[in-house]
Amino acid sequence: MLTSKTFVKKTKRGGVMKIVREHYLRDDITCGSANCKVCDINSPKPLQKEPQNRSNSINSCHYLMPDTNVILHQIDVLDDPAIQNVIVLQTVLEEVRHRSIPGYKRLKDMLSNADKHFYTFSNEFNRDTYVERKPGESSNDRNDRAIREACGWYVKHLEQSDVKVVLLTNDAENRKKAVDEGLTAFTIQNYVKELKGCSQLLDRLAMADTNVPLTNSRIQFPEHLPLSVIQKGIKTGRYLQGSFLASRDNYLEATVSVHNQEKMVFVHGLSHLNRAIHDDIVAIEILPEEQWRCPSSIILLQEEQKDKEEEEDIENENQTSKNNIPVELRQPTGKIVGIIKRNWRQYCGILQRSALKESTRHLFLPAEKRIPKIRIETRQAEELSKQRLVVVIDAWPRGSRYPQGHFVRKLGEIGDKDTENEVLLLEHDVPHSKFSEAVLSFLPKMPWTITEEDYKRRLDLRDLPICSVDPPGCTDIDDALHCRDLDNGNLEVGVHIADVSHFIRPGNALDKEAAERGTTVYLIDQVFPELLSSNLCSLRSNVERFAFSVIWEMTHDAEIINTKFTKSVINSKASLTYAEAQMRIDDTKQNDPITVGLRGLNRLAKILKQKRIDNGALLLASTEVRFNIDSETHDPIDVVTKVARDTNSMVEEFMLLANIATAQKTLQEFPNCAMLRRHPSPPSGNFETLLKAAMSKGFTIDVSCGKALADSLNAATLPEDPYFNTMLRIIATRCMMQAVYFCSGTTSEAEYLHYGLAPIYTHFTSPIRRYSDIIVHRLLAVCIGADASYPDLLEKHKTQSLSNNLNYRHKMAQYAGRASVNLHTHLFFKERVEDEEGYVLFVKKNALQILIPKYGLEGTLFLNAKDLPSHVNFVYQEESNTQTCGEVVFHVFDRVIVQLSIDRSNVQHLKLSLKLVHPEITDFSVAAVTKSENQEPPVKKAKMSVK
Amino acid sequence: MAGLELLSDQGFRIDGRRPHELRKIQCRLGIFKQADGSAYIEQGNTKVLAAVYGPHEIRGSRGKALHDKVLVNCQYSMATFSTGERKRRPRGDRKSQEMTMHLKQTFDAAIQTALYPRSQIDIFVEVLQSDGGNYCASVNAATLAVIDAGIPMKDYVCACSASFVSDTPIVDISYLEESSGGPELIVATLPKSEQIVFLEQNSRLHEDNLSKVLDLAVKGTKDVHHVLDQAVREHVSQVSAFENTDQS
Ligand SMILES: [Zn+2]
Repeated sequence: MLTSKTFVKKTKRGGVMKIVREHYLRDDITCGSANCKVCDINSPKPLQKEPQNRSNSINSCHYLMPDTNVILHQIDVLDDPAIQNVIVLQTVLEEVRHRSIPGYKRLKDMLSNADKHFYTFSNEFNRDTYVERKPGESSNDRNDRAIREACGWYVKHLEQSDVKVVLLTNDAENRKKAVDEGLTAFTIQNYVKELKGCSQLLDRLAMADTNVPLTNSRIQFPEHLPLSVIQKGIKTGRYLQGSFLASRDNYLEATVSVHNQEKMVFVHGLSHLNRAIHDDIVAIEILPEEQWRCPSSIILLQEEQKDKEEEEDIENENQTSKNNIPVELRQPTGKIVGIIKRNWRQYCGILQRSALKESTRHLFLPAEKRIPKIRIETRQAEELSKQRLVVVIDAWPRGSRYPQGHFVRKLGEIGDKDTENEVLLLEHDVPHSKFSEAVLSFLPKMPWTITEEDYKRRLDLRDLPICSVDPPGCTDIDDALHCRDLDNGNLEVGVHIADVSHFIRPGNALDKEAAERGTTVYLIDQVFPELLSSNLCSLRSNVERFAFSVIWEMTHDAEIINTKFTKSVINSKASLTYAEAQMRIDDTKQNDPITVGLRGLNRLAKILKQKRIDNGALLLASTEVRFNIDSETHDPIDVVTKVARDTNSMVEEFMLLANIATAQKTLQEFPNCAMLRRHPSPPSGNFETLLKAAMSKGFTIDVSCGKALADSLNAATLPEDPYFNTMLRIIATRCMMQAVYFCSGTTSEAEYLHYGLAPIYTHFTSPIRRYSDIIVHRLLAVCIGADASYPDLLEKHKTQSLSNNLNYRHKMAQYAGRASVNLHTHLFFKERVEDEEGYVLFVKKNALQILIPKYGLEGTLFLNAKDLPSHVNFVYQEESNTQTCGEVVFHVFDRVIVQLSIDRSNVQHLKLSLKLVHPEITDFSVAAVTKSENQEPPVKKAKMSVK
Repeated sequence: MAGLELLSDQGFRIDGRRPHELRKIQCRLGIFKQADGSAYIEQGNTKVLAAVYGPHEIRGSRGKALHDKVLVNCQYSMATFSTGERKRRPRGDRKSQEMTMHLKQTFDAAIQTALYPRSQIDIFVEVLQSDGGNYCASVNAATLAVIDAGIPMKDYVCACSASFVSDTPIVDISYLEESSGGPELIVATLPKSEQIVFLEQNSRLHEDNLSKVLDLAVKGTKDVHHVLDQAVREHVSQVSAFENTDQS
């Protein structure tokens, strides 16, 4: 087919180049209305024939046509199920796309949701609705005119039917012009107000446009510079661009991480922070050196201020004028001069009701401490005050102490476990909705059977003595192992990994969903629907399952003679727990093939581990917590730290070996598009806390390279304090960088290194729990000719962007996991008060960070509570890093006894509260409690270990 | 902030075409009197002039003559004002030399070369304005010029490009689509027999998608053929009508 449309040139001037682009205008663009008799019958018609009319002020049914600003600012209103049948013009869609990526994404979701009856009308390509920019006309005016033109076209086009089109715009001038042209136009506020039975919508209206009178403006923030000025300033170096990172501990402090420079700039005080919100991209100006400051180690929490807050803010401001901070501690300090890009999202939190009972304006307290309180308007404060809410920010005017936002939805009762879990997932951006029908449709049909064809393509390993070793209660078994003697005297060792990629075909809805989710979050949903994760893929005992096997021939000294990769069918002979496997190994009477195999594996693993350590592998400690969960209430009833058995380290060792082998194979075959994992070596500055802590006990830690660090950590032991070395390793872990996935083609070879583990590394062994492993499986399958490749697999940029998402998900899952441990800790200690042994991990200006080994928990022991009697006075010595009170001195690594309980003073942030029991300090320490005996109901051991 | 969206969800490309639609083609034959054959073509904003001389005796060194077929001599050049930034050299740079080679290959395959042994045909192509698909427009213009010169060919030779954007093949790509870094497939065919006389691929394209993109490109050449054929017929009828009136 040929285009034969009239054609108009569009000229764009940028710099000195003149760019001429063609722009074809068409006559085949349909209106999308089911009520239309003119357009092609076969064209899509998402707009309903008779849209429901809820409006009091419009007497016929109608379609809505919002302009760009209405969509950008009132997307929550449009998202409401009450709003349907909306025409989104191409002009509007493009403007939204340029101005807000998250907004664009949400709009696209709505457009693809069939229940919303949204339709995109490509007005820019339509011969009858295209308008050319007039000389002297601004592009905004031109777009407004294009919107009115399209609206007029619709009205005329649908003349025959009785459906109207209503223009929604908050621009008064545009509205006036529209009415002059005979169109129906409303502001979104007026439209929503007249809707029957939609009072919930009023709360969802963003406040930004309503121009509410501001609070008695005692605060006046400096004006933000316009973007053009900022850009000029950045070019000349007067301003710097960076990401704004609010402090968790002090709401008056923040740092800005300057882009393209390894530089952190400190920002202090309300007016210098100048309405920037965590994660925003901002422009800063560095202050003259005499005004430089440093972060106060004082933990200053927002909620402690309550009503006097505003006064104190101002006081704090005044203090900034005096600078009594020693010069050597001062850091580069700056002030925010403008916002380059806001990165606001939806925030979870609770309502802090206004003191005035009738008031409709309240403060919202976000769960994330880095986010300031948000002022919202609601008529249902009574009801909302007991709930967890979701709120978004609309604007932060200069004269307002707090940003203004609006209510989006309720999550549930405060304190309820499910609600709190939901908060946790939302705050960590963990996708956790149910799998959609489209996703589920790609599951294999049950009953699933293995066909003759499958046997032919796979290596039959059903007779091998394969078994799996996992934590108790594990339902999704990723890996199984075997080891047997070969006739030539060597050993054959096999690692068999669930062949998930057999079931997840590239590019279908199931695959896309899994790629988006990326990784399984502790406690919660899986990457894959249950049918796959705990049934078809799980390598359970005594059923035939597909596996991807790595098979080595090894000598008895664990020297690898050759490595083979193959797809296989296995039949695991036993699903063991770590403890069961350990018992079999230790029980000399058992000599069945599985036990013999386990012994062989165990012996080889020890040799492999020793080799690794000799090569400078770093053994780091992390506290791992497990909760035993009550089978009925799902409340945690016991906390235990993981016991390390030989068998744990045995499985770990072979998984490492399989991962390294896979990394080498895929990289060799696909030097440009292998998905690997690297662990960058940390910059030496990261180790300062470690060095200082070790120094206090007289040890020097060499951090020049991984091997040196490993050796000096090994040497740093105190015979009288066996826990000292573990703590040192915990501190060392905190100094490390995050390991990340990457695509081999995008990074130089020197940076492939996995710090302290291997030259190259990847993830191959947990495809049920991680999507990265699926990609690695697919690459490996292509390497050995077991599966076909597909375009995206070999596209390095696609692999890199996938890696970026996986890294993000992985990080958030880690945070969510930690938060979840906290949640369980709080539930666990809800009814308990206990005394436990602890160690000082860090000494801070006003607190001690205490590690409690029994639970693997950390807590803060505050030393400067307000109600302390005056003779209890802690003195902090920065040089020696100690806190002294009278005769008692606290050093890092000191042993203490603390009393654990839950501090309920703030419903939103229940805190694990620590009180000192030993050493005794009169009027500060508390008396010991006898341990409460708790009855043990039947325990369902859920798999819940967290790293 | 946001990159270009080469294909919208509604299925429109940046310039408003659907994936399978060509740009508007306008062409004229016989625009120079001195040349034996000439043509001018516009494919969207890409504008190309072609002139053909010959067949005539070998110019320059006799040694170049081929004893069994005609020597096809091509020259490709781009006007200095043809691109957004002014070009320094109209011809002789690497890109132009490569184009010249490609044109020669293409027309060697299409012209019935055996008819004129020991002679030479010159094909001069000048790109006046460039907006993507320079090779394609050059081939199409040269085809018309060769026809105008009355040199026998096996068939029209028509060229068309295609690319692959968000899992959809798109045909006759513009400069903007070309420079977005996606794969590009250029094909020249003898449309009636669907014989491919020239095929070039830039950037990577997975083999699973190759046939889809190639099919669309070949279909594009047939569409081009349709337009060129129309133009030739129109030109011939005009010329003959003119000659008829001349005779009467
Ligand atoms: Zn219609």
